Amino acid sequence: MGLLIRLCGISAILFVMGILLFIVREAAPVVVSGRVSLVQFLTRPEWFPTSEVHRRYGALAMIAGTFSVTGLAMLMAVPFGLGAALYLSEFCPPRPKEVLKIVMELLAAIPSVVWGFIGLTVLSRIIVTLTGAPVGVNMLNGALVLALMSVPIIVSIAEDALKAVPDSYREAALALGATRWQVTWRVLLPAARHGLLAAVLLGVGRGVGETMAVLMTTGHAVQMPRSVLDSVRTLTANIAAELGEAPAGSDHYRVLFLTGVLLMVITLAINVTADLIVRGVKRS
Amino acid sequence: MSGGTASPQPFAPTAGLLARRRRERLARGVFLAMTVLMILPLAGILGYLVVRAWPSLSWSFLVEAPARGMREGGIWPALVGTIDLVVISLAVAAPIGVLAAIYLNEYARDNWVHRVVNLAVITLAGVPSIVHALFGLGAFVYAARLGYSILSASLTLALMTLPVIIASTREALASVPRSFREACWNVGATRWQTIRAVVLPNSIGGILTGIILQVSRAAGETAPIMFTGAVFYKAVRGGTLLPYRLDEQCMALSMHLYTLATQVPNVRPSIPYATAVVLLAVVLLVNAAAITLRLRVRTRPKW
Repeated sequence: MGLLIRLCGISAILFVMGILLFIVREAAPVVVSGRVSLVQFLTRPEWFPTSEVHRRYGALAMIAGTFSVTGLAMLMAVPFGLGAALYLSEFCPPRPKEVLKIVMELLAAIPSVVWGFIGLTVLSRIIVTLTGAPVGVNMLNGALVLALMSVPIIVSIAEDALKAVPDSYREAALALGATRWQVTWRVLLPAARHGLLAAVLLGVGRGVGETMAVLMTTGHAVQMPRSVLDSVRTLTANIAAELGEAPAGSDHYRVLFLTGVLLMVITLAINVTADLIVRGVKRS
Repeated sequence: MSGGTASPQPFAPTAGLLARRRRERLARGVFLAMTVLMILPLAGILGYLVVRAWPSLSWSFLVEAPARGMREGGIWPALVGTIDLVVISLAVAAPIGVLAAIYLNEYARDNWVHRVVNLAVITLAGVPSIVHALFGLGAFVYAARLGYSILSASLTLALMTLPVIIASTREALASVPRSFREACWNVGATRWQTIRAVVLPNSIGGILTGIILQVSRAAGETAPIMFTGAVFYKAVRGGTLLPYRLDEQCMALSMHLYTLATQVPNVRPSIPYATAVVLLAVVLLVNAAAITLRLRVRTRPKW
């Protein structure tokens, strides 16, 4: 039994190594053989994977798509997420707090394909009515959906960070005659800043990695985004849209795996940074 | 505080204090508004989905197969497919996840192996679902020759749920006080006997909660199964209980919703909404069950 437990214990390492090795192995031949240059992949916006004469594998438009959608989403999600976390942790009476936390948890559980469906049917119509855009599936729609999806995560982690601030800090400030708002602004936010930063980073990580919702709501045009009403495509959505048509072992298939490697690197960097920050907070 | 003039009531609020109180009420109001602003529109949207879905929501919608190129009929094959995928993926992920958590919490010393495993769990939890799909396609479908099948899709889902099960189980195990274990060791029990007789019975509620939460996550995921085993359509008679073999592809609710919403023209309008509502209901009910279980575990007497 001990041996089995040990084996399962290290299985996480094996699986991570497995995933990394595998997607790198599937992606490598196309780079090693020189048929696709990494520099071009990262810096050119032309993506014509199935063209006969003009084949180009440049992912820059998709990279820009991913970061613009995620960035716009965070502009909306971070203030609301931190505001809600502050309300829950500092201002809310205990009973409504329990209820709100459960509501947040249920919001976090809504599947991404349902979010995508909401964006496609409800939000797109609202966007067309309000902005007069020709189509409602665009960067703004994707960002709204992503913001709604990442708020519960930001709230729950930010609330943990605020809870981790010792009560003695609050009591000391209150004893000096500070109001709750002053306590929040002058004491809690500086004391919990690392945890709050980690909450934001994990929200970003979720945004970058999200697939179905952005696939259904961003409109799918491979172009450098110029306005929030432009249709864009993200790295994740691109894989989801094209993997089914790319024959196994073809250049196209391997470039999609290369996109996967890129995604893995980005999300890994974000998550590990967030974890280091959280851990640093726990130690101090 | 109150300048030169002596106030008749020494503790009467000064102008500055009143202003600060006003600011406090303002802050409170703004934060409350932010919280409510997130929840209310969503409640509205969910209500809208139910209203649009209403014409199709019926028992026969659940147990009938899709008809006329998925433009009419029900969702039975997708419902059964989702159940198959969830059951198999958790049958794989739950034992491995729980044992891995037992290793991390009960066996491992705080050395570099422990730290690397921790890092691996975090990394695994952060892998985007579409990268899981790439891995599942390359590893299970092609390399392991499982083909596009329920098995490939379930294993991909299992890998996705594993790190979360490990994390939640660890938390449950860590909540059992160390003195319980020490008491058991002192009467001569081995490590494993202690775990089985003392640690697991005292943490089983928390462990189950974590696993149940992953049921809803696995049921809702689309990207990992899209390229490993879920298909647009599979002819299955409505009401059959085990229509799929493990090496076959299957339909799944999440995939079905994606297909109806984006690929099938002229669907009866209420059908995609009804599919979304059923998927949401499944996920939220399972989550509510997990939350209820957790509340019951928490209200038990504390040690």
